[in-house]
Amino acid sequence: MSLQVENLTITYQTLRGDVRALERATFDVADGEIMGLAGESGCGKTTLGTSLTLLKPPMRYIEGRVALDGEELPIWDTDAMNPFRFKKVSVIPQYAMNAMNPTRKIGRMTSELLRARRADHKGALRELRRRLELVELGADVLSMYPIELSGGMKQRMVMVLSTLLNPSLLIADEITSALDVSTQKAVAEMLVGFRDREFVKSLIVITHDISILYQIADSILVMYAGQLAEKASTDVIIQAPRHPYTKLLISSLPKVGVKYAEQRLAGIPGSPPLLLDPPQGCRFRERCPVAFDRCTAVPPFVEVEKGHFIACWKESVVHA
Amino acid sequence: MLELEGISKAYRVGTFGGRQLVAVNDVSFDVGDREVVSLIGESGSGKSTIGKMILRLTSTSGGVIRFNGTVISGLKKGALKEYYRNVQGVFQDPFSSYNPIFKADRVFRIIRQAFFPKIGNQEWKEKVNRSLGAVGLNSEHVLSKFPHQLSGGQLQRFLIARALLLDIRFLVADEIISMLDASTRIDVLNLLADLKSRGLSILFITHDLSLGYYISERAVILYRGCVVEMGKTEGIFDNPLHPYTRMLMESVPRLDKKWEAVKAELKAKQAGLTTGCVYYERCPAAGRSDDCKTNRPGLHEVEAGHFVACCRNNAS
Repeated sequence: MSLQVENLTITYQTLRGDVRALERATFDVADGEIMGLAGESGCGKTTLGTSLTLLKPPMRYIEGRVALDGEELPIWDTDAMNPFRFKKVSVIPQYAMNAMNPTRKIGRMTSELLRARRADHKGALRELRRRLELVELGADVLSMYPIELSGGMKQRMVMVLSTLLNPSLLIADEITSALDVSTQKAVAEMLVGFRDREFVKSLIVITHDISILYQIADSILVMYAGQLAEKASTDVIIQAPRHPYTKLLISSLPKVGVKYAEQRLAGIPGSPPLLLDPPQGCRFRERCPVAFDRCTAVPPFVEVEKGHFIACWKESVVHA
Repeated sequence: MLELEGISKAYRVGTFGGRQLVAVNDVSFDVGDREVVSLIGESGSGKSTIGKMILRLTSTSGGVIRFNGTVISGLKKGALKEYYRNVQGVFQDPFSSYNPIFKADRVFRIIRQAFFPKIGNQEWKEKVNRSLGAVGLNSEHVLSKFPHQLSGGQLQRFLIARALLLDIRFLVADEIISMLDASTRIDVLNLLADLKSRGLSILFITHDLSLGYYISERAVILYRGCVVEMGKTEGIFDNPLHPYTRMLMESVPRLDKKWEAVKAELKAKQAGLTTGCVYYERCPAAGRSDDCKTNRPGLHEVEAGHFVACCRNNAS
């Protein structure tokens, strides 16, 4: 087991009270697994990703434990996380386009970065060149400023930087959303390539675009309003989802070959609840077509089949 | 309804505007009555510039745009206002389309001041309610709210309602759903489809091919300011011929097929094409007979020293 997360609860402190952005998340990511993390904006997927790397105010750690390769991560302590960050767990942030220091040439920035992590930067430099080649960047980008690179190139450069020390876990946060479809495909395939070459052991790919996950992920975890809804292998999530939210979400996605005149797709009525004062019980309750009185209690996230976890009273009662 | 003929747009770039950047290059297409046309392209392909030129938010560097036969570039005051009564746009980011200091219904008030100065309060209220109803909003829930109190989907529908107040005939929808969440996205898309059945023509600008396929009858594929392929949506999606369109089709992430499968399928299709006569696609005499489509004719001699590779001559 590469990553184990148990009962992780994170809130945001605001003047109007705590926003319950992540509630009792429990899941595993196996070695070599690419796990997709999907959900609408504001469902807590970035919060989950960020909490594993840099948990700083206004984010607040409430409870839960995180273990990576059997070693506990002290995610509540920003300083104690230092030895793990970048070496054990690394992130490609959402703002990867602007993640590089604009006043330094990329090569210099890289060696500063390596020195700060007390890594052998001479040796790493050779590896760096090799990896730049893999993502189809020339070694001459090292003598360029970030402004000279296009969006896709910056994205790939940050990908190489983030994985330079072969972290065990890489979190890729919405890295394909700002790219064109053709660049998107290239970047997505490079992520798979990084896993196949064992630069990273396992990956969490955060995105709102489920069709990208279908292409590259081994399993998909769907979140709704701060709670985990369903986790299963990619094919199961896409073809035979069991959680009502996943079902509605998947069926509302337009596919190539579907026209409104022939098959009118339906959205999900209503909108996600505010997490400042979330409703009791299942947070999808108000929009759920099959909700019943039991849903006022929080459904447990249980394994109904091997590798298929679900948080819904309807499903877990039937299979209990 | 709307016709574009040889439209170009060149921007001056560089320190002193010394260089030219051609954003749109000789683009011609038309949008008919009650038709939805998708304008598909990647970032920088000039698709938004075309939308802006139709709305006269930027000038054209060449070519003409005609709306119901009238050239729009020469329109002045009264006529221009009349044009805006018929043609409106909705843009990508609903959050920045509003002034956050004012309540969201200010966009309606501006329309009233500009286009309906004489209308009575009661009548106006009914008009607003009708328009909000058409986009699936409950006026009690959304009126007199500030933009931050409404969701992205609501704000976007609000803007469409604003356009509907004017009884418009043509809507430029520039990436209007890319900022919305998956679960509310389809509602806005369905709304566009409903508006179409009420007689509205729509230019649907998008980079997402599956959305384009869902809603439009015809598609125009744009690359670096040039049209590379256009035609019936099914035709383009099922049988993309331009290498760029093919590349796009291969890279669009789909929910029913993995990338490798799409690639293999397109290859198979392409291979199928090459088994027939090479001139089949353009041949006026082919008569589209299956023979020409499946058999590649070899060279044969029709008279001494005169060779031809055509099935029709083969038979004779």
